[in-house]
Amino acid sequence: MFDAKVVAMILTGIKDTLYMTLVSTFFGYAIGLPFGIILNVTRSGGLHPNKVIYGIGDFICNIVRSIPFLILLILLIPFTRLIVGQSYGSTATIVPLVICAAPYIARVVETALNEVDAGVIEAARAMGASNLQIVFKVLLVEARVSLFSGATITTGLLLGYSAMSGTVGGGGLGDIAVRYGYYRWQTDIMIVTVLLLILIFQIIQNIGTRFSTHIDHRKR
Amino acid sequence: MSEIEIRNLTKKFEVKGMTVTALDNISLSIEKGDIFGIIGMSGAGKSTLVRSINFLEKPTDGQVFIDGTDLATLTEKEFRKKRSEIGMIFQNFNLLEQKTALDNICFPLEIAGMRRREARKKARELLATVNLSEKEKSYPSQLSGGQKQRVAIARALATGPKILLCDEATSALDPQTTESILSLLREINEKLHITIVIITHQMSVVTQICKKVAIIDNGVLVEQGDVEQVFEAPKTDAAKELLFDKKVRYSPLDILHEARKIRIVFNENSSYEPVIANLILKFQTPVNILKADTRNVGGRARGEMILGLPESQTLQEEIISSLKERGLTVTEVEEDV
Repeated sequence: MFDAKVVAMILTGIKDTLYMTLVSTFFGYAIGLPFGIILNVTRSGGLHPNKVIYGIGDFICNIVRSIPFLILLILLIPFTRLIVGQSYGSTATIVPLVICAAPYIARVVETALNEVDAGVIEAARAMGASNLQIVFKVLLVEARVSLFSGATITTGLLLGYSAMSGTVGGGGLGDIAVRYGYYRWQTDIMIVTVLLLILIFQIIQNIGTRFSTHIDHRKR
Repeated sequence: MSEIEIRNLTKKFEVKGMTVTALDNISLSIEKGDIFGIIGMSGAGKSTLVRSINFLEKPTDGQVFIDGTDLATLTEKEFRKKRSEIGMIFQNFNLLEQKTALDNICFPLEIAGMRRREARKKARELLATVNLSEKEKSYPSQLSGGQKQRVAIARALATGPKILLCDEATSALDPQTTESILSLLREINEKLHITIVIITHQMSVVTQICKKVAIIDNGVLVEQGDVEQVFEAPKTDAAKELLFDKKVRYSPLDILHEARKIRIVFNENSSYEPVIANLILKFQTPVNILKADTRNVGGRARGEMILGLPESQTLQEEIISSLKERGLTVTEVEEDV
């Protein structure tokens, strides 16, 4: 039953899943990281408080995050088609994944930066650092452990969501699990894909945790 | 004009709809090369005052002049440049936890736009100045409190400041470490001619290192002058409270009910003479020593004593005038001190 065809299909599934997860994490951060920094800087008590900007950012963040991913996937079909040219397949799935991840990442970044000791920021100010320098040379450097743990959690989340996109023909391991396990009752294939998803998740989490510990110099 | 000139500084905070006046119309001049102490109980407003000197707290009213320049008139860029000429160290050190000692010192240099290689070279020199060369690769978490403060001092000196602000810089340190940090500060003051402003609640810090002192109580500047003068004859309650350090007050004081208590301060000459023993021999009457202490005031040993005098009024007057004749400073101590 696990003939060459099935094996090839599963290997492609692994490749697609990793592709979707990593690329969407990357673009998620490309949008979410600056977004999170802006939220942190403009919040009350931030480096440059601005109620209007924070209010708008906060609102967008909450709206997108409160839409269930499956609904977002369907809602965004026209937008996805506009950008990628089609609404199914791995590359198309990346669009809703990024849209879903960006506000989540923004929150993760905002919270991580909040943890930086106010005294250290004050010291940098006293040295004549500009807000931009404080963001890049103090906040992002001092909060790097929280930022990295956040990135690990986000990657795990996107792995799960990429599997969910299988229900609408998104490709990857989730797609295989749905097509074979749900529609064709081939439980064995479904179990294999689920095990593979668990394995990938474990690897991501492990690398993340180890790296976080490695770059943390606070306690030793 | 003085190096630091504070004019009619007032700072108000809005706390839950209420206005709190943290600093009330404070004027202060700090001369070049001074080691100037600002002392007060916690909550007196001294931290707000030191933060006003580099505008970490912008005053509600009043002006701050550094080298004759009104800080409020500077553009953002000029202002940041000015700030880099004022070093600052803190009670909690505020080092970057994810950077090594060396990189922490490089930090202000990189902010100022120095190339990394040059910054490292300069940072190594500074680490040597604070006697920490062997710790250049250590992270703050691997350093002791005193070592962290040394790194912080090196960092504050990196940009070649003319002024060093110390906000409770020794409050988190044990007495021995405090001693070594203070002598480092004195060395910096003497060798580099940097004006040092020290904020503290510990009178011992002021008497050990400062030449001049200002006492802040409830946001008001109540007393200022030479440390020796304030130490010998404190005028205000706040000064006395800080000087006598209420917490370690001699406890049986209340039980004894001495008729009259006086505080005497010994100067250098009188330290050689057995003043109290002679006093007792002369008047043939015992006096009660309620407290005795020696302090280092501006590098000189100064003794202080609180005596309980006998009940006879005439005898009291005679004792006081006899002490004054010997050149001692005698002040009356009220019941509540």
